[in-house]
Amino acid sequence: MIGKSVPRVDAYDKITGRAKFTDDLILNKCLVAKVYHARIGNGIVKSIDTSEAEALDGVVKVVTFQDVPNHCYPTPGHPWSVEPAHQDVADRNILTGRIRYYGDDIAAVVAEDEVIASRALKLIKVEYEEYPVEIHPRKSMYGSPHPIHLDKKDNVLARSNYLIGNVEKGLAEADTVVKRSYKTPIVQHCHIENPISYAYMEKGRIVVVTSTQIPHIVRRVIGQALGIPWGKIRVIKPYIGGGFGNKQDVLYEPLNAFLTTQVGGRIVKLDVSREETFCNTRTRHSIEYDLTAGVDKEGRLVAKDMTAYSNQGAYASHGHAIAANGLTAWRLQYACPNIRGEAYTIYTNTPVAGAMRAYGIPQAAFAIECFMEDIAAEIHMDPLEFRKKNLIQGYYEDAYLKPIAANTNGIFECLKKGAEYIGWEEKRKKYARQEGYVRRGVGMSLFSYKTGVWPISLEIAGARMSLNQDGSIQLQIGATEIGQGADTVFSQMAAETLHMDVEDVHIQSFQDTDVTPFDTGAYASRQSFVTGTAVRQCAELLYRKILDYARTLLTNESRELSLDHGYIYAGEDPVISLEEVAMESYYSLTNSSAITAEVSTQVKKNTIATGCCFAEIEVDMKLGKIRVLDIVNVHDSGKLLNPQLAEMQVHGGMSMGMGYGLSEQLLLDEKTGRPLNGTLLDYKLMTTMDTPDLKAEFVEMDDPMGPYGNKALGEPPAIPGAPAIRNAVLHATGVAFYENPLTPQRLIEGFQNAGLI
Amino acid sequence: MYDIEHYYNAATIAEAVELLKEHPDAGIISGGSDVLIKIREGKMAGTSLVCIRDIKEIKGIQRMDSGDIYIGAGTTFSHITADPVIRKWIPVLGEAVDQVGGPQVRNIGTIGGNVCNGAVSADSAPTLFSLNAMLRLSDGKGGRTVPVQSFYLGPGRVDLQPGEILTHIVIPEREYMGYHGHYVKYSMRNAMDIATLSCSVVSKVDTEKGVLEDVRITFGVAAPVPYRCVKTEEAVKGMEIGEPLYDQVEKLVRTEINPRDSWRASRAFRLQIGGEIARRALIRTIELAGGRCKA
Repeated sequence: MIGKSVPRVDAYDKITGRAKFTDDLILNKCLVAKVYHARIGNGIVKSIDTSEAEALDGVVKVVTFQDVPNHCYPTPGHPWSVEPAHQDVADRNILTGRIRYYGDDIAAVVAEDEVIASRALKLIKVEYEEYPVEIHPRKSMYGSPHPIHLDKKDNVLARSNYLIGNVEKGLAEADTVVKRSYKTPIVQHCHIENPISYAYMEKGRIVVVTSTQIPHIVRRVIGQALGIPWGKIRVIKPYIGGGFGNKQDVLYEPLNAFLTTQVGGRIVKLDVSREETFCNTRTRHSIEYDLTAGVDKEGRLVAKDMTAYSNQGAYASHGHAIAANGLTAWRLQYACPNIRGEAYTIYTNTPVAGAMRAYGIPQAAFAIECFMEDIAAEIHMDPLEFRKKNLIQGYYEDAYLKPIAANTNGIFECLKKGAEYIGWEEKRKKYARQEGYVRRGVGMSLFSYKTGVWPISLEIAGARMSLNQDGSIQLQIGATEIGQGADTVFSQMAAETLHMDVEDVHIQSFQDTDVTPFDTGAYASRQSFVTGTAVRQCAELLYRKILDYARTLLTNESRELSLDHGYIYAGEDPVISLEEVAMESYYSLTNSSAITAEVSTQVKKNTIATGCCFAEIEVDMKLGKIRVLDIVNVHDSGKLLNPQLAEMQVHGGMSMGMGYGLSEQLLLDEKTGRPLNGTLLDYKLMTTMDTPDLKAEFVEMDDPMGPYGNKALGEPPAIPGAPAIRNAVLHATGVAFYENPLTPQRLIEGFQNAGLI
Repeated sequence: MYDIEHYYNAATIAEAVELLKEHPDAGIISGGSDVLIKIREGKMAGTSLVCIRDIKEIKGIQRMDSGDIYIGAGTTFSHITADPVIRKWIPVLGEAVDQVGGPQVRNIGTIGGNVCNGAVSADSAPTLFSLNAMLRLSDGKGGRTVPVQSFYLGPGRVDLQPGEILTHIVIPEREYMGYHGHYVKYSMRNAMDIATLSCSVVSKVDTEKGVLEDVRITFGVAAPVPYRCVKTEEAVKGMEIGEPLYDQVEKLVRTEINPRDSWRASRAFRLQIGGEIARRALIRTIELAGGRCKA
């Protein structure tokens, strides 16, 4: 079953509309909550008057920051740490009177319907004391008169660094030293389904149904935010319309849990608008990089230095983990004896940055891969040649974090495939010297990516199986299907190990923290690797239990037993059907005991996936427009569990990568930090009309760490597109851009400055 | 859930005018692709509406015996694009409104709504300006007819009096016969977008002499209202077809339009793009006329 393109187990339900999402499940008449957002970017609420809102017919309750429990809580979807030093920064309240960014949450209204709730919001009167707004991290890090959080006087949330060898000596001895700075924008996930939840009370407990990637973590954080025992909370996760990391954060679930307690446990729906999703949920960090590197006469890297400044926005969320992840990537993959890395994560009065597909690596890869291109240009070497000269072949491991290693490393094979597909050698020459205003170019970039979070954080997963009367099985996991196809590959895994058909594996897609096994959820490209390990162990356990039980029915049989597609075999001979074994296990008058298996397992492994992108583009310089003519991603993600799903995963990532390279950026007002383009009209997400045919290729190597030879694929496809396109523009025009996305505005300025138009 | 106070549905023009007089606070809704957005944003929240989308008299397109083309204000974009009269006589208008948003919006949005919304980025506007379109307004007492150029008053503001509705857009025969047009919508992506800048060129070419006989160049988003580059038009009329003509148009347009600096695009950027799209649109109209042109 592994390696086969079996159809998604949820395909028909999703296509026909039978699949239930959060909003589909609200059966009873529910109350509607809306949030009152600050109209300033920095300051305090001097006074708030909710009396008119409360008097409005149909308003059930108005709560303000003065009414909420006073517990600071963390929001990121990380496993909890039992070591206080490694616990996430707890810097948020459910509502606040200290405004840290434009749109901060001050109050909430619960009303009989949406229109009444909206009208009530307009009746709330707030007076502010305003402070100057700081939206630039490299200014904010020198402190401000009113620190954004009192315990960080310089607004620096965290700093980290490392030093391998002697960078200064290396640079001094280098033949050529190159220095460049790069900057990436704030972008938003733009999942189709906005974050939505509804909450109610049952038997003194709070139930929250929510569109999340991390139900067990949401439960814990609601407990921390409300200051109640975690067992008093039940979180249910239905099908969700995408997450991409935004829903790897606890968003409005604690507020919603609190609101239901304020209205006698009635159902309260909190449906976040698209505008709120842009401003008030999470974004991808904008990071600025200062890079320096030295190369010897042969073009080998001898020393390199990175300083990164990451814009956290107003609250810690995933915080420094993002910039730190990029810092780690800086020392992987390319051989270099002397490496220094330093990163700052800085609070500003801007929307909060959190996790987004590939967790800091799209930013780092943009900087690193543009830099590699620029170094190659500086020493007049073909950029692919330069990379091949400096990339590590075969096994390598991280200098600090054991056991992170490239246990398999297909980067050279990936590069070969990508270069052949795009026609690298021929087109590099063909496009080398062009005249006219419309020019073409080819560019490439590459990356490495870890699989899961061990040893930086905990990896734990659970799985539960039971044998049904008809010989099929139920599979329950705490890991979440978020559109990526997790349920399908888990079903394939169970079928593979139990030698059954996928149709005989019934997976429960909805997670319910009351019943599903513990798992931290969908993030870090971890589930097929970590949860996959739990599924495999659980299937192996069930397999043994089935044979053990069969053995009790086959007292005269001495040969070794095995299970294959509905039959128990003794040696080569089928001796009893699985269905008979199952029926006996349920209904035997002498020996009944239903066959079940459950595991909860910690995975102390990690392995590095890799890949690259090659792109061919055409630039219409006088119109500032780039057309992507052809683009290919080549991935080494170990053994492919389901090639068709893998291809779809890559296509989606490539689309995100192109948007990152060409058009997506959340712009902020300088005076207030308010998003200027926080709508799907003004935030230029790629449409199908902007997307060329996408090509996905793979290099398959059986990775010894993966439960089925597999390693990370969920996030990596989004990484290499943007720098590959930027590098192709450099090839086409000779103009180097240092900041993505390459919007028409940026291109026209660049070409005008270069005297090309 | 939309915050709408009262909703009145009109079946005829007369009924619509009557309802608007009875309920002076009510706005007009046709396809709703602009109005519903404004209600959702809160700008028109709590409004009352008179709906004109069921009025048959203002739907469809007709070429009269005079040769003048009457476009019902309630005709949707997709119907305009597909209409045989439009395709035969003024294809530029069908092409222009085919660039509005996406298929769903084009199936619901109407050309009358596009004009009355007063947006400078409206995809129909530059072409209607370049075709010297006339607007037929009804008020229950005979109404009036105004040139489209004087109907636009400012951003989001048009000369639609209380109790009036736009019923038809009229393109007189003399304004399109012998002319060819091309519309360039410059936006940041290829669908689901509004124009950053747009330009519609309608020209008449004497192919025998190789001369540009007449030309009208209108920009969207280059000023508070759609803007006709009259000075440029006058300066290049009668010029020979060829590179010097295109260079002249590109250069003069940049001196004549007055776009804004905003976070969406800088003024310098819009000037660069403006010259370029006027040039390309003009070249295309000459190609359509069968004129020889060196691009």
